[in-house]
Amino acid sequence: MNLKIVFVGFFIFLFSHGLTLAQESSDSAFTANDTISVVPPDVTPVIVKNVEVRDNPNDEGGAIRIHWSLSIDDYKGGKVVRYVILRGTDPRGKFENLGDVSSGTGQFIDNATEDKVEYYYKVAAVNEKKEDGRLLWSVSADSDIVGPVKSSAQWFNFERINVFVGTLFVCLAIFIYIQMAKSGRNLYVRKIAGLESVDEAVGRATEMGRKILYVPGINDMDNVQTIAGITILGRVAQIAAEYETWIEVPTCRSLVMVTAKEIVKEAYSKAGRPDAYNEDQVHYLTDDQFGYAAAIDGMIVRERPAAIFYMGAFFAESLIMAETGNSIGAIQIAGTGQPSQLPFFVASCDYTLIGEELFAASAYLSREPRLLGSLKGQDLAKAAILVSIIVGVVLETFGLFQFSGFFRVIGE
Amino acid sequence: MMKQDLIVYLGVLILALVFYFVITEPVVFSPTVSLILIGIIGLVLLYILIKTIRGQVFGRRTVFLFVGIAVVLPFFMSIRQDIKLSPEVEELYNAVMALQPGSKVLVSLDYDPPSAPELQPMAESFFLLCFRRDLKVIVMGLWPQGPQQAELAIQKILDRPEMASRNIRYGIDYVNLGFQTGNEFVIQRMGGSFRSMFSTDYYGTPYDSLPLVRNITNFNNIDFSFNLSAGYPGTIEWVQVAVDRYGVKLGAGNTAVQAPQVYPYLRAGQLTGLLGGLNGAAEFEKVTGVLGKGTKFMVSQSFSHVIVIAFIIIGNVAYFMGRKQETKKKQ
Amino acid sequence: MRREIPLIITAVVGFVYVIQYFIPHYPFNNLNGWFSDWFSIIGACAIWLGALNLMRISFDKVYKKRRDWGYSIIIILSFALIVVIGFGGGRDFRDLGTNFDWLYRFIYTPLSATMFALLAFFVASASYRAFRARNLEASLLLVAAFFVMIGRVPVGDALVTKVAGLISLPIPDAVLPSKIATWIMNYINAAGQRAIMIGIALGIVSTSLRVILGIERAHLGGE
Repeated sequence: MNLKIVFVGFFIFLFSHGLTLAQESSDSAFTANDTISVVPPDVTPVIVKNVEVRDNPNDEGGAIRIHWSLSIDDYKGGKVVRYVILRGTDPRGKFENLGDVSSGTGQFIDNATEDKVEYYYKVAAVNEKKEDGRLLWSVSADSDIVGPVKSSAQWFNFERINVFVGTLFVCLAIFIYIQMAKSGRNLYVRKIAGLESVDEAVGRATEMGRKILYVPGINDMDNVQTIAGITILGRVAQIAAEYETWIEVPTCRSLVMVTAKEIVKEAYSKAGRPDAYNEDQVHYLTDDQFGYAAAIDGMIVRERPAAIFYMGAFFAESLIMAETGNSIGAIQIAGTGQPSQLPFFVASCDYTLIGEELFAASAYLSREPRLLGSLKGQDLAKAAILVSIIVGVVLETFGLFQFSGFFRVIGE
Repeated sequence: MMKQDLIVYLGVLILALVFYFVITEPVVFSPTVSLILIGIIGLVLLYILIKTIRGQVFGRRTVFLFVGIAVVLPFFMSIRQDIKLSPEVEELYNAVMALQPGSKVLVSLDYDPPSAPELQPMAESFFLLCFRRDLKVIVMGLWPQGPQQAELAIQKILDRPEMASRNIRYGIDYVNLGFQTGNEFVIQRMGGSFRSMFSTDYYGTPYDSLPLVRNITNFNNIDFSFNLSAGYPGTIEWVQVAVDRYGVKLGAGNTAVQAPQVYPYLRAGQLTGLLGGLNGAAEFEKVTGVLGKGTKFMVSQSFSHVIVIAFIIIGNVAYFMGRKQETKKKQ
Repeated sequence: MRREIPLIITAVVGFVYVIQYFIPHYPFNNLNGWFSDWFSIIGACAIWLGALNLMRISFDKVYKKRRDWGYSIIIILSFALIVVIGFGGGRDFRDLGTNFDWLYRFIYTPLSATMFALLAFFVASASYRAFRARNLEASLLLVAAFFVMIGRVPVGDALVTKVAGLISLPIPDAVLPSKIATWIMNYINAAGQRAIMIGIALGIVSTSLRVILGIERAHLGGE
């Protein structure tokens, strides 16, 4: 008898549990059965209409874009809380839940498709009530099924055509001027005070018999500012080697240390004094921003260098270092492409290379025609941008033409 | 040199220990004492101005001393300030308030402890607003210490009595995806798939085991993003990649040093609201109705700004007096 | 070959980075990720180079009893402490409540915050020295700095309103320091920042192109 009851109980459990599992794997996003309290009457939202599906354009494939007109119940306080997007490979088969978007949104991009596979979609408008994070009830209304649609990869991103044209123009301008410079045409470059004073700074360190400190910023070799800073290091180290003055390069990144070692070593060789190069001249301190600033401050206060160079990418630590350098009376030359740090360097240093001057330094110091040519090309691009700004301001001010549309890169 | 340093360090340590053991209760001056102290500082500044007019030049150590006093003294005062809302803070608040309950918000904390005094109050009030509005929060960091800062902020918010009844659960209401190395490339690859960058969360739980993010593929499933940044990688990288390439709606909080560089993006509409420095933090605290550290520290900031302005005036007086003397000498 | 191989790698990676921005198709869509993965791997391995270099120089300084060698002992001990406690904590060394977390919260955080806090003092001393009415441009800068500094804190508006109240002068909302500061930040500052950023962006393009084309070789130690 007892055994019978156990068996009946076991089957009832299996049956009810099986039903629950069947509910969970239901095609629809949610049904009234999910609720834990009674669903009030008249809460089911009106279905969404005009569901459109198409391959997401200008992408690497694997994405389909779904658009729909909002349910007429989608308004503030209306019957739509969110939309659930469902996908299947057979219109009569199982549909899987892809995710949801908040009410008021009429678009979803399915980024998990396989190219060349046909998909069908439907959008469920969901209304639900939660209390203290617990779902009380949930109802949904599925749209018609749309499809089939396939995703594919494109060979060109037409959303970026304007960037492409701009890049091509800048590159061409630089390339043409490099060719002109190579053919022997004389190119004028204005004086950059910060770079003119490199000799003066090294000379002063030599006179005082003190060292030069060269700080190449706190970013790694993947930052162009660091590359520009390291490039200038080569010239400064060569002059320092010629003057027989000790130059020390404490770095914040291991890869910068390795590169700077190579450059300083090469600079000493070029100056004809390879024997004077010491491995410890270039050394690593720490990757930590303020740990690095603290270490540099310590070196400045204890060792009192006569000249300090800050060339590269700097952030909040810029003023901490530059003010300490200023307090010991060192001659300081800075250069960075971080606009927010420029005012600090201008206030604390004797000379500051402002943004693009840092990138022009290599060409300026070497006077190599091809490098100077690239500066000229850069100027031409800048002139084009200036003209665009003026034309744009005039056209848009008088409402003649929306010129800024040409420069738009945000999405569709 | 080193011996001298050691003596100074030892002195500071002894002083700190004395303060720690002697002052066990928080010291708060009464409004009268506070006013008297402010008056004394004002009189000393006036004395310095008169001395400067008479030709004496004060060095940077005097400036340091006064800034130190201006920063520390307000901690012991019971002063309240009327904080006004700036348009950029209001814009951020409105953007969050416009989100439907259940919307997904991606928060990237790209800073470390040094910038925490400015950015942590922003993080705390932002999380509080999200949880109150029943928004789903996904946290990540492009700086190694960012997710740790997020943990501290979220724990602090969840410990508030008002949160206890909300039953906020990890994995369902919020997720901490942790840190990922690669700077802006992380953002770029998140544009394709979040899963490819964060196969597990901060605690090592697989991405697909977290109900909140399981169905989130990329930025298309995110309703709003918020970035707290102290440098690189930070807001600028988020704007250049997430906003410009993937059309993400982004709000930001920056250190005061970094904020001016971000303003052009705000003006161009690439940013939806900005909290700049401690001031921004205090304003956001005001608008969310929770007065925290941002509001408290703002008194120090007000004091120090006034002191700096006073010294700029003294510096200019010194400059003109010096020029006058030089002209006299030439004559 | 010592220079040629790095130059070829730079050129290939550089061009691919440019191309992948416009061509989303395979394999270009994945190359970006692969290259950045490689950079991360090399960067992570290089951390050891830096750490070993720091230890070698510190040990050398202590061994030879060079000037200020006592600080090098502190470096070595701190390094050893963090490494031992970090590795000792196992996989979950960063979790709340671990020894590493204690070091992070109570030693690293206050030390870093202290360094950052120094900015307040240095900003004050730099302002004291730099903001002087030497000429017209410097005077304009001084006036802008004054309004931004006073307008970014609540005390600015409070002071102006109170003083105006004392002399019964009606103050329109638009000329309150906070409004003027916002105007300066939104228009004058934003315009200046944009101009500098355009210049920097072009500088970066030009430098990148020189590096990719192999015209700029100074970072490899060559002319």
